[in-house]
Amino acid sequence: MEFIDLSLINWSRAQFALTAMYHWLFVPLTLGIVFIIAIMETIYVKTGNEEWKKITKFWAKLFGINFAIGVATGIILEFEFGTNWSNYSWFVGDIFGAPLAIEGIMAFFLESTFVAVMFFGWNKVSKKTHLLATWLTAVGANLSALWILVANGWMQSPVGMQFNPDTARNEMINFWEVLFSPIAVNKFLHTITSGYVLASIFVIGVSSWFLLKKRDVLLAKKSIIIASIFGLGSSIFLAYTGDGSAYQVAQKQPMKLAAMEGLIEGRTGAGLVAIGLLKGGNDAKSRDNFVFKIELPKMLSILGYRKADAFVPGVEDLTKGNQEHGIMPAQEKIDRGRLAINALAEYRKAKQNNNKALADSSLAVLNQNFKYFGYGYLNDIDSIIPNIPMTFYSFRIMVGLGFYFIAFLLVFLFSALQDKLERRRILLKLGIISIPLAYIASQSGWIVAELGRQPWVIQDLLPTMAAVSHIDSSSVMITFVLFAIVFTTLLIAELKIMFRQIKNGPSH
Amino acid sequence: MFENLSILALQQYWWVIISILGAALVFLFFVQGGQTLLYTLAKNEDERTILVNTFGRKWEYTFTTLVTFGGAFFASFPLFYSTSFGGAFWVWILILFAFVLQAVSYEFRSKPNNFLGKKSFEVFLFINGALGTILTGAAVSTFFTGSLFSVNQSNLTLLTGNQMPTISRWETPFHGLEAALNVQNLCLGLAVFFLARVLAILYIQLNVDEEKIIQRTRKGLITNALPFLVFFLTFLTLLLLKDGFAYNAQKQVFMEPYKYLHNLLEMPLVLILFLSGVVLVLLGIIRSYFLQSKSGIWASGIGTFLTVFSLFLVAGFNHTSFYPSTFDLQSSLTIENASSSKYTLVAMSYVSLFVPVVLLYIIFVWRKMNAKKLTQAEINQESHAY
Repeated sequence: MEFIDLSLINWSRAQFALTAMYHWLFVPLTLGIVFIIAIMETIYVKTGNEEWKKITKFWAKLFGINFAIGVATGIILEFEFGTNWSNYSWFVGDIFGAPLAIEGIMAFFLESTFVAVMFFGWNKVSKKTHLLATWLTAVGANLSALWILVANGWMQSPVGMQFNPDTARNEMINFWEVLFSPIAVNKFLHTITSGYVLASIFVIGVSSWFLLKKRDVLLAKKSIIIASIFGLGSSIFLAYTGDGSAYQVAQKQPMKLAAMEGLIEGRTGAGLVAIGLLKGGNDAKSRDNFVFKIELPKMLSILGYRKADAFVPGVEDLTKGNQEHGIMPAQEKIDRGRLAINALAEYRKAKQNNNKALADSSLAVLNQNFKYFGYGYLNDIDSIIPNIPMTFYSFRIMVGLGFYFIAFLLVFLFSALQDKLERRRILLKLGIISIPLAYIASQSGWIVAELGRQPWVIQDLLPTMAAVSHIDSSSVMITFVLFAIVFTTLLIAELKIMFRQIKNGPSH
Repeated sequence: MFENLSILALQQYWWVIISILGAALVFLFFVQGGQTLLYTLAKNEDERTILVNTFGRKWEYTFTTLVTFGGAFFASFPLFYSTSFGGAFWVWILILFAFVLQAVSYEFRSKPNNFLGKKSFEVFLFINGALGTILTGAAVSTFFTGSLFSVNQSNLTLLTGNQMPTISRWETPFHGLEAALNVQNLCLGLAVFFLARVLAILYIQLNVDEEKIIQRTRKGLITNALPFLVFFLTFLTLLLLKDGFAYNAQKQVFMEPYKYLHNLLEMPLVLILFLSGVVLVLLGIIRSYFLQSKSGIWASGIGTFLTVFSLFLVAGFNHTSFYPSTFDLQSSLTIENASSSKYTLVAMSYVSLFVPVVLLYIIFVWRKMNAKKLTQAEINQESHAY
């Protein structure tokens, strides 16, 4: 299998999407609920009220079930970078590997050591030590998210590195630039707060069920107060970091922004599509691509560039170029990318033959065009366009639900403070229904982030087709099916256990 | 501080860290060993629950060490990561599947309404215990026996005729499964499997307070220690007698007769560590079997760590290729040609300063949690049990 096999690329992408989405079913709850538990336990330690201990233990039990399957689905992701994306592992391993190693050393050990105390330490350590263990578990879980999200942020906008033609890879030259890149910082904050909101809605939803059933009322009310305060603060911050994300996307990944908005032709003073229905098939990419849409005037220009009359490039500007706004046509980028790749080949040959002059001139061409290196692997300009409908609708689902959650949490908080929750049965039912909505919003966010940046594994530098391992597509197809079966089975088991534990309640 | 070290010193430093993590992982495989003994040492449900809870309180350490081992390898020797994981695809995928099953099995096993039933999760634990140890052992053995792969960085520039621009290629369609056909690989895999069971037995003797189980561990110790010794000594004999993969000052890889024996003799400190390790493993077993000592795990555990640590040093130090290619000798990976850049190694070295802190809090928590032996009564009292 010496030639590029499209089915290999598609199966490899499908497998990564499958495993990542399964993993992300469990992680956000872990990230958020552990803080809610830590707050509850803090109140228990401060007040000595045994009711709070009971509440803490109940949510900790659900946390434990969710934590285990999150860990199970997570190990695959780390090693998949090697098993399925081996070229990627070499091309950027010098930068990308570091956050993964730091994640293991600084975060996973912290989390795994203290989670054991959290579960089994109630009778073995003092109250305060147990509380410390719970907080350290929370910190560990969130630290692990930090490092993997730094790595992801770097893939969206590679910084702090330099290409080394002798090793044919990118090498880190500034660790702090990688760690504190605006995209990485924003991605971390946006992602963890989305987990906090999801966990808050989960706690509120489960508590609403107790109130509807008129049982464990005290637990439910106290839990709702904690979760709605925690969730409301998080959801407002989530909206703030969401705005930051959109701004970063506009600066670094304009094609993703165009896909998010279904924007085919660029415009100055572009409006933000609040609601819209795209035409199907290839018409999604045509100039007249909406069946209908309601726009907020100039908002896209403001959100993306902080100027009401800023120009927002569309898909056509980015593929065919726009001289007026200084946008290079994609074909020129492809040509320059090929120049860079061929220059690298020439450089390596010249070095082998000790031809210094040719090596120097090839290196100059490579450096001049390296910015477009990844484009050299692409065959046509349309391959830089991601799936527009998926990106467009996922973005709207995420944002729409995000605003809904702010209102939802606000209403729950006020109802809880007024002690009117039990009388508002529709609200309680909404609480239960909102749990799956939180998961849908969370998954949609990742679809926007990852599908919207196709075809790139590393923005502009490495497309998926040049990153895959040298394996046959049937192997990946088999592992895809295996993962699908195993993860679905485990998900069913997890849900059944969760439902039973909730049904049993805290007294069981 | 680290900036002043040479790139070679940093590469060696990181190989030492990889070796420490590898050694810790094999020691922590006592959890996996214990999972394969659930039906051998326990004769009823209550006894099985005690064993599951004994090992269930430590499974995260093995899991985390494996993940950190992978992450550290990725960060420090990315060419190994891309070559081995992308090439020996099936071996690593099987290992990963085994660990996926483990992670949920403890938590789900005894929970009501768990969909698959208690026994299924116990079978998952057995699969993880057996596959995890045997395959990891066999995979590590390929550090000495070699694999069929090629590495060519210039492949990245392949643009014509839709050729794959993949740098590392596995040159057999079996993608790692072929390692199972090598006797030496199998011997190390099985040695690790039986060693894990021996360590599990010794761990139970120290940490479980149920007389019937302890009585059964005495017989179990000898039936696992003997095959361990047979497989380990066979592996060792083959290793010391075989030609090894050396490289010269020009970084050319060549076959050197008795390379691994030479490595031990030329690195006396490593030889002392290795011999001390083997003696300590045996000492723990002997003290437990003949003197009924319950603390054999300490000697055998430390011995395991030292033995594996020194084997890793034999694989990577003294101008030895730690991941040799039998397809193309010059594609073989060494700590010098497979490592990250100096900048990354320096940055990572600062991060490694956290390791003693990590060790300190692990020791603190381990002592607190293992202060009393586990009994059925304690499990009944706990709100969270496996």
